[in-house]
Amino acid sequence: MTTLRIALVGNPNSGKTALFNQLTGSRQKVANYPGVTVEKKSGVLRLGNDRVCEILDLPGAYSFDTESLDEMVTRDICLGHVSGEKRPDVIVCVVDATNLRLHLRFALEVRALGIPMVIALNMSDAAKKRGIKIDVDSLSSKLGLEIIETVAVRKNGAEKLISQMRQNLPKVNTAVLELGDYHHEVRQLIADHVVMPSKTSKLDDVMDRIFLHPLAGLLILASIMFLMFQAVFAWAAPFMEMIDAGIGGFGQIAESVLPEGPLRDLVIEGLIGGVGSVVIFLPQILFLFLFILILEESGYLPRAAFLLDRFMVGAGLSGRSFIPLLSSFACAIPGIIATRTIQDPRDRLTTILVAPLMTCSARLPVYALLIAAFIPDQVVWGLFNLQGLTLFALYAAGILSAMGVAFVMKKVNGGGHTQTLLLELPSYRLPSPRDVLIGLWERGRLFIVRVGTVILSITVILWVLSTYPTPPDGWVGVPIEYSIAGRIGNAIEWIFQPLGFNWQICVALIPGLAAREVAVSALGTVYAISATIEDPTAQLLPIVSVDWTFATGMSLLVWYIFAPQCLATLAVIKKETQSWKTVLVATTYLFGLAYLASLLTYQIFS
Amino acid sequence: MDKRYLSDMELGQAATIIDVTQESADDSIARRLRDLGFIKGEEVKLVTYGPLGRDPLLVQIGFTRFALRVSEASRVEVQ
Repeated sequence: MTTLRIALVGNPNSGKTALFNQLTGSRQKVANYPGVTVEKKSGVLRLGNDRVCEILDLPGAYSFDTESLDEMVTRDICLGHVSGEKRPDVIVCVVDATNLRLHLRFALEVRALGIPMVIALNMSDAAKKRGIKIDVDSLSSKLGLEIIETVAVRKNGAEKLISQMRQNLPKVNTAVLELGDYHHEVRQLIADHVVMPSKTSKLDDVMDRIFLHPLAGLLILASIMFLMFQAVFAWAAPFMEMIDAGIGGFGQIAESVLPEGPLRDLVIEGLIGGVGSVVIFLPQILFLFLFILILEESGYLPRAAFLLDRFMVGAGLSGRSFIPLLSSFACAIPGIIATRTIQDPRDRLTTILVAPLMTCSARLPVYALLIAAFIPDQVVWGLFNLQGLTLFALYAAGILSAMGVAFVMKKVNGGGHTQTLLLELPSYRLPSPRDVLIGLWERGRLFIVRVGTVILSITVILWVLSTYPTPPDGWVGVPIEYSIAGRIGNAIEWIFQPLGFNWQICVALIPGLAAREVAVSALGTVYAISATIEDPTAQLLPIVSVDWTFATGMSLLVWYIFAPQCLATLAVIKKETQSWKTVLVATTYLFGLAYLASLLTYQIFS
Repeated sequence: MDKRYLSDMELGQAATIIDVTQESADDSIARRLRDLGFIKGEEVKLVTYGPLGRDPLLVQIGFTRFALRVSEASRVEVQ
């Protein structure tokens, strides 16, 4: 069997990934190129007979003369310069028929690599609709390259492409390999072979006038954000309850099947409890990504970045930081992974470091408990609910402190460094359900795998720490106090005393490292509430509101705005930056902020 | 006459590019601008501004729209 290695290359927004989805369906593999955080997407395509194709979806590129990591990877893979990666046999250069001026230039640069190549003339339907006439035959012979018209969202173009591969490999036409003035060449090619009635699409012009309007544009953006949060928090709720019930069911099965003992406790409290507490956020994350993918596919996201750029620059970030930070409201992990789209390394680092300050949904159970215990349920100013207002204030505090931290970071290491935007605003497109679903599947899987492995190991470790050694007979007090975690909690109490934290809180902070919301169930354990109880919050509420002072409650609330409590996030920071130093910086500054802010809060309120 | 730059243009105005200024010997922004099609003789149009302080700019060049910060657009000399 011969494996043909085909690389899809093209400008960003050329419809390359849609074509890739069409060719490979869901038979895709997403990994990283060795040593770098550039995503490697590959898939398998069977051509009948005896041929199997491995198809690579290389990162989009504007040019090979570059300092961008993505573009360097694309170039090096094409040239076979990446160790362990065979040089592709054929390059399919995807070119958007409605954007030939830009895309043909890059195609010429790719051609100069001297690798067998065909051109996929994508979006040929959209081009026809706009009255763009391309003389494919004459253009093809002038370029010395086979051109196949494709419509990425439809099958027939892809099929033609495949049958082309099946017949024979394209040859390199060495006669056209000379380096030259690509811009000049493209201008000539377009003048000779293409008829373009107008430079822009009328629809794009109209839509940009609305979506980029200084006032209407911002209002639309705010409405979209509002709808998105509504979806993440309200629409996802029934699905989360279903998962919760499912996890509870698993727990009951385990309880009835396994004999009483440490193994049963580990499975129920450690595995099912720990992993379950993360899996439950999957619906929220999928809803969030559904929105992000639709916005991305439709071409709206770069517009949002355009609208917000000036605001973000003021805070030391960039318009491109918007999406990762938005994702972080569900969970910092997908947010930090999404920073890959930020090309400027400094912008990317700043975004990664402030992403944990966005209030992730794992903090909500903690906030819910404390707000219910300490903030009276009353209407203020005749309109607002005080509890809701407090929650809003906590979110706002996270955002404001992120802006502050980013601003300080810019001052510290920014200096005369000019940051770039240079963002293409592509044509608006109707998102294809198929591409959205494939994207959703990929990201959902990535989240489960990454979080599943990290959380699983951490919960097991923390379970052991908070279980062993088991207290001797006649031990008065709760078992967890005798365990290693309990002893650590007692030992560190003096550190947190100025913040108003008692030893019970200190003990709960330790299992809370796995995932913030675990702190609530850990408090339940500390206050000797049976672990089998359905809703620990309801049981905890009366205890907490009597046992803690108002100042302690506020102090803990403020602590959770900043606390670097989630080990999974730190693990992802390590993975994405390949640097322990960054992890250390993130942990230290978050801890420092949390400590200072809580100290201040406690001293003010007590 | 003073030199005019893309960042000085009025809304909806079109102009022809004269050159992209190299701010340093190895100016990667200038190089990227040229790769994206900002070259001598090409026509550019200022489509709109961002909502705050006339930055970033949205410009049409060839068949493509790019968002540029003022610091980037001030490298592009036009007439």
